[in-house]
Amino acid sequence: MQLDRLPLNRAAVIRAIDWDVLPDQEGHRLRSLGFEPGVTIEALHKGILMWRDPLAVRVGRMTVALRTNVAAAIDCELKP
Amino acid sequence: MTQMPPLVALVGNPNAGKSALFNALTGARQKIANYPGVTVERKSGRATFDDGQPVEMIDLPGAYSLDPDSLDEAVTRDVVLGNLEGHRRPDALVIVLDAGNLDNHLRFALELIAQGLPTVVALNMVDLAERDGLQLDAEKLARALGVPVIETVAVRRRGLAPLMAELERTLKTPRPSVEPVAVSFGANNQQARDIARSVIVSETAGRQWTRRLDSVLLHPVGGVVILLALLFLMFQAVYGWSEAPIGWIESGFALLSDAITGALPDGLFRSFLTDGVIAGVGSVIVFLPQILILFLFILLLEASGYMTRAAFVMDRVMAAVGLSGHSFIPLLSSFACAIPGIMATRTIMDQKERLATILIAPLMTCSARLPVYTVIIGAFIPSDTVGPGIGLQGLVLFSLYIAGILGAMLAASVIQRFVTQSRTSSFLIEMPRYQWPRLRDIALNLWQRAWVFLRRAGTIIFAATIILWALLSFPKAPEGSGISQVEYSVAGRIADGIEPIVRPIGFNHDIALALIPAMAAREVAVSALATVYAIDAADEDAAASSLGPKLAADWSLATALAFLAWFVFAPQCISTIAVTRRETNGWKWPIFMVTYLFALAYAAAGITYWTARSFGL
Repeated sequence: MQLDRLPLNRAAVIRAIDWDVLPDQEGHRLRSLGFEPGVTIEALHKGILMWRDPLAVRVGRMTVALRTNVAAAIDCELKP
Repeated sequence: MTQMPPLVALVGNPNAGKSALFNALTGARQKIANYPGVTVERKSGRATFDDGQPVEMIDLPGAYSLDPDSLDEAVTRDVVLGNLEGHRRPDALVIVLDAGNLDNHLRFALELIAQGLPTVVALNMVDLAERDGLQLDAEKLARALGVPVIETVAVRRRGLAPLMAELERTLKTPRPSVEPVAVSFGANNQQARDIARSVIVSETAGRQWTRRLDSVLLHPVGGVVILLALLFLMFQAVYGWSEAPIGWIESGFALLSDAITGALPDGLFRSFLTDGVIAGVGSVIVFLPQILILFLFILLLEASGYMTRAAFVMDRVMAAVGLSGHSFIPLLSSFACAIPGIMATRTIMDQKERLATILIAPLMTCSARLPVYTVIIGAFIPSDTVGPGIGLQGLVLFSLYIAGILGAMLAASVIQRFVTQSRTSSFLIEMPRYQWPRLRDIALNLWQRAWVFLRRAGTIIFAATIILWALLSFPKAPEGSGISQVEYSVAGRIADGIEPIVRPIGFNHDIALALIPAMAAREVAVSALATVYAIDAADEDAAASSLGPKLAADWSLATALAFLAWFVFAPQCISTIAVTRRETNGWKWPIFMVTYLFALAYAAAGITYWTARSFGL
């Protein structure tokens, strides 16, 4: 399931990240914020009003804001 | 021969509490400058070891790795590697880690330790980690990293002495030079996570304040309401609280000016002192109350961790014009003054977005426009009500603010599409934990920012005022000729040249003349008009009250509206242009900015004038 479709407040694990669809700078920043396969992730909040964009997610022990177009490149699996 | 004190660099991820530790170690004796060749702020300060030996400390910009993706991060890499020309390589590093976020921060720490410089790790914010239910084993961490680890709580000054002692020991221990080892990113990541997991003694579910606050402050509807309320409060404060201190400053300078007028004989020197020097210094200082209040709010929002939340809430709105949440704060600051706004764009990661933000910042209605708006609205717009509690004058003022915002949005879309040719904006940012702001750090920061503003803006505004004084004072009109000095001066002659250009948009000779000194600061247009209409008034307020009726008798309503429209867009402030030049490292972008803004101002004034005329106004 892609990160932008993940239900809120449910722990998940990153399965794969499609680096090729991300612009270089964003891929780089994503890596340096600790996004990589195997990491536990949790969607916490969605953006304002009807947009529901960007997303606030928890990665490791950190909260990160990212836009849904970037989140769509991150494939996750809900933890049982 | 005097020996340079050893240089120690504080380095770490953003939000590791690095600056708080730096403040705690160096106290208020800090120097702020730029790194050689780049517009990245360099903060340095002195600390002393137990034996009295001084040590120079620098606070490097926060970074996630030595593989940079912003100007700030590049500076950090270059300093650590000793590659920044004109800057010596640090003799030792203090790596600042957030104890509550080890998985992420250890990765950069491992990369830094591999560089082989003498290193001490400050395991910072252990109190917050404990609050979140996390117990760590510092000794185990030291063994895993191979460097000393000291637990610190910078904001409570805990662990500072042990940190300095360890630093002294590390610096004085002779050690073989180590060749830096290249580490692959993935391996580093895995190692960082393994170490982080191994040093956790116990982990219980903490109180998770941040998460609870976020569910309110980032609420899809409530979050917007709270942000708007905060902004409203901030504007109230910037305009409301500053009124009294501004009054004191103005009367203080008026007194000083009177004293000099009384003490010196009439002449060029007295005019230079009162109309040039005092007026120049005064016009800078008078902005200080508003700037300080604005900075105070921004610092509180930053220190508490709310700032990135405001960016989160506004991101989608900004994206509509090709910008992102990152641009929101600089543009917000520009409502008080474009200068701190433009300086605040340094935090924008994407260079194209940063440029676009700088270019539209002058369109935000800064406080210097307010006196101009007030005079013209007071003179020409009747104080009728157009609805319950809505006055026509207030409505016009509000629409001038809106006109500026709409102009900025339009300009941003055009600039991002055609000038910077940025395909998409991006928003990807760490949101730090909420923290109670520390008064000491806020006060120190406020002082530093105010000082930087005074130094940068002050020198420019001051110089501009002196030049304008000269333009208005020379050559001297012949005695008894009946020609006013203003008309006879260089400025008056320049106005003769400008007049045919601005005639089609409804401006008369007097307006052309007032536009010239308004280049120093917009509100000077008011006192310039007063001078032109030969009103001898002590200060702006007095000038404004007697100027109104005079203008109402002399200008058509169409001209007045055109004048307002002009001030919404015109780049009427030399300081803003100068700051833009500094921040973009050249003349290309300030020239572009001035050109497009004058074109917009001209068009807006022209359209306003002819539309009003066609309605018979």
